[in-house]
This record gives sequence, structure tokens and C-alpha cells, in this order.
Amino acid sequence: MLTINNVSRTFSDGAAGFMNVRFSAGTGEIIGILGTSGCGKSTLLRVLSGLDPAFEGEMTLLGKPHRTVSPEIGMIFQEPRLMPWLTVFDNVAFGLKATPDVKERVQQLLRIVQLEGFEGHYPKDLSGGMAQRVAIARALITKPNLLLLDEPFSALDAFTKMQLQDLLLDIWQERETTMVLVTHDIDEALYLCDRILILQGQPGTLYEEIRVNQKRPRVRSSEELAKQKAYILATLRLQKESK
Amino acid sequence: MLSKTERVQVARELKKTKTVEKQKSSRSSSWIGWILPVVLIAIWQGSSSLGILPEYQLPAPTTVVEKTVEMAQDGTLWGHTWITMYRVILGFVLGVIGAVVIGSIVGTVKIVEQAVDPLIQAFRSIPSLAWVPLFILWMGIGEPSKVTLIAVGVFFPVYLNIVSGVQGVDRKLIEVGKMYGFSKFQMTKNVVLPAALPMFLVGIRSGLGLGWMFVVAAELMGASEGLGYLLVFGQNTYSPETVIASIVLFALLGKITDSLLKMLEYRALHWQDRYEYQR
Repeated sequence: MLTINNVSRTFSDGAAGFMNVRFSAGTGEIIGILGTSGCGKSTLLRVLSGLDPAFEGEMTLLGKPHRTVSPEIGMIFQEPRLMPWLTVFDNVAFGLKATPDVKERVQQLLRIVQLEGFEGHYPKDLSGGMAQRVAIARALITKPNLLLLDEPFSALDAFTKMQLQDLLLDIWQERETTMVLVTHDIDEALYLCDRILILQGQPGTLYEEIRVNQKRPRVRSSEELAKQKAYILATLRLQKESK
Repeated sequence: MLSKTERVQVARELKKTKTVEKQKSSRSSSWIGWILPVVLIAIWQGSSSLGILPEYQLPAPTTVVEKTVEMAQDGTLWGHTWITMYRVILGFVLGVIGAVVIGSIVGTVKIVEQAVDPLIQAFRSIPSLAWVPLFILWMGIGEPSKVTLIAVGVFFPVYLNIVSGVQGVDRKLIEVGKMYGFSKFQMTKNVVLPAALPMFLVGIRSGLGLGWMFVVAAELMGASEGLGYLLVFGQNTYSPETVIASIVLFALLGKITDSLLKMLEYRALHWQDRYEYQR
């Protein structure tokens, strides 16, 4: 459903950003983009989202050329980015054009992210995890086919992080949304993703693609995931030594 | 473990008790602000009665109150107060409207900013009292020149705050709007203006303060009515109690209108996570 072909976006004379990235994502697939900081993974996600249309190369979304923002895409940022002057309810409904079923849709999503009863609260009264749940609900309200996540849980504590990862999988199971997840957390990538793309270098290039075959629900401490983690760690370190 | 609904209830009740406590404490501590003025007035009254302060220079507080009551009874006080309020409010509204319109355009459209802002900044550095002779020449000594002067005074602080409020809106919030394909108008209405609201409110409060300053200037220059006129009248008739009575009235009116704006600010910005709200 999403194909990107030889896409490049570089800054400061090619010293930052990413180059010649190509991959495709099938419907319902969860793709992780993993890399150390500065390898252009967040830039890649901004290009995918359409927020940064100044890239070279080609992208198609659902068979059509894709360059700028689209209602088919929902985005979850690293920070919740809630509007502080809106209540939880209005924040969730933020991207929705006035439709008669706003109320039901918001209520349904708040149920999914387990925030029923918090409709009238303002962002200042929410914890980090709750705020990010609201952000997830806000991204889902337009029923996007593709969900982009930019290190969505990196600012949360370990327990909240795991809870929200499971929440994300519940949503994925229910809606079969395709997801592209940028992260620097190897465990997170292994727990959530079908495929992991490793980005390396400055500007970042696609270094390796790893398939995670284990069936869901996965066990975080399983031996197989541990092996793959060791492999990814070796890959990242190897690149360092050859430098 | 509590169930979820229970937890929500507990959280709500906690919040309720917190606000109740806060109201109580702010009500019970508001009298602290009265100590200093009451003590000062008592000293003033005491030294006047003892004859330390000569009556023809600084009359006793009771004399000032008597004068105020006298003016209130013969009806002149209301006319003066009303005309001054009218000038300030009209000038304030005009100045704010002008600043909102021009400021939000300058804040959002780069080319307009480059074309217009330098000129506005140059005008801002003219001491606003320097306009008085020109406005009187242009519009005569009547209401238009006074209201215009006040509007000019109100315009600049509001304009500056709107421009920097609009330009300072978090790019990250703008991006959220962009993800939903917001038009320029939707973006302004749903993201930019609410985000700039705190700065705007700061601007109108300092604008109102300047409005009160300029109404005095306007009325000192030439008026037959108004609290500013009363100041000059008191000076010319060797009546310091009239001067002090008008000063006190200015203080009261300024304080009342500022409190109204502060209340508005509190209501409009209750969503902010402010230090002030937690103390």
C-alpha cells in the first residue's frame, strides 16, 4: 500500500538526512525503522507524512503518487502535541470535520485508549502516558489507513511504554492499520514489528532489513527475540568499527 | 486496586477539594493587601489633624472624602467620570481592533511584515504625547482628537504582543494542523489564535494601562469635562482636595478595569499550567 523508491532528502550539503531509501509496506504490516540518532529516520518519517515535500524520488500511497499530506495518514509524534486550550474530548476530535457522529467516534476511541471519564480534562492535568493516549486517539479518529509513529513512546517510563505498545497492537488487531514506526529502541522494534529496516550513516542509507517471524502475542523475553537483538546490536556496532 | 470509574471519581473529588481550598486561602489572605494602605492613610490623617501637613498643600483624607461626596451630591462627579470612562473605552476598543487586524496580518504574512513593520516601529518610537498638537490641529479640541490619541497609545503594546504571539506559535502544533490538511483560515482559527491568546491578553492589559495614561494627557491639553480637567481645575482654583480626589478616582477606575481584564484572562486561560495557579 506504500511504496517508496529511491527517495532522498538531505540537509547541509548532504551531511544529514537520508539517501536512496527504498522499501514497501503491505496492508496491515508493521514496519520499524531503527537507527542511531542523526541517521535521518525522523526526516524519513516526515517525508512519508507529507510534511516535508522537498524530497527527491517517488512515493506511492494506495497506488497513487504521494507527496503532500493525506487524510489516509495518521501521525503520532514523539511528544503528544495536544492543544493545551482544548479538553481531551476536543483534542481527540481536533482533526475531524464537523460530522454528526463526532460524539460516538470520540467516545469509542477514548474507550479503546482507556480514557473514558477524562473527556473534560485539560492536557495540563494528564500524565505523559495519558497525554500520549489522547494523541493516539486523535490520530485514529480520521480512520487512517497508514499510521506513522515517530519514537512515540521514547519519553515514557518503561512500564507505561510496555502498556502503550500492547495498546498499539490491540488497535492494529482491530483495525489492521499499516504502521511505520521510527524508534531507537531495539526491544520495541522486535516486539512490535514484522520487518525492521536499519538505517546507518550520515546521510542515512538502508543498511539491512530484518524480518521478525515470531507470532503475536510475542513474549518480550523470548530466546528468539534475544538472538535477533544480539544480531542487531552486532550489526550496529560493526558499522562503527569499520568507520 | 480501585476500578477505573472509582479512580476517576477519586481524582475528581481530589480536584474539587483542591479548588475549594485554594479559594478559601485566597479569600482569607486577600486582607493582607489592605494593611499597608490603611496604615498609610491613618498616618496621613493623623499628621494632618496634628497640623504637621499644611491643609493648603496636602489636605486630610477626610477633606478629600468630603469633597468627593460633595461633588457626587451636586452631580458633577458623575459627568466627569462618565466622559473619561467613555473616552478610554472608545479609544481602547478602536486601538485594540486596529492592533488585532494589523498585528495578525503582519504576524502571519512575511511580505507584509517586511513592508509594514519597520514603519510601525518607527512610529512607535515617537513619544505619543508629541502627537497631541498635530491631532488638535487636525481634529480640533473635541472628542475625536482625544479618542484618537488614546487609540494610538493602546495600539502599540497590543500590536507588539499580537505579532510576537502569532509568530511564536509552536511549530509542532502547526504541524498537527497540517497533518489534517487545515486551510490557512482553519489553521489561524483553530491553532494560531488560541495559541496567541495569552500574549494578546498581556497586550490588552498593558494597552489599557496606557489608555488611562493618555486620557489624562488628552484632558490636560484642553477639555471642559473629565477627570483630567478636574485636575487642572483643582490646580487653578487652589483646591488640592479636588486634585487628590481625581487622582484617587483614576486609581480606582484603573484598578477596576484592570481587574476586569484580569478576570477575563483567568477565565480564558484556565487551561494553562501556570505557577501562579498552583501557589
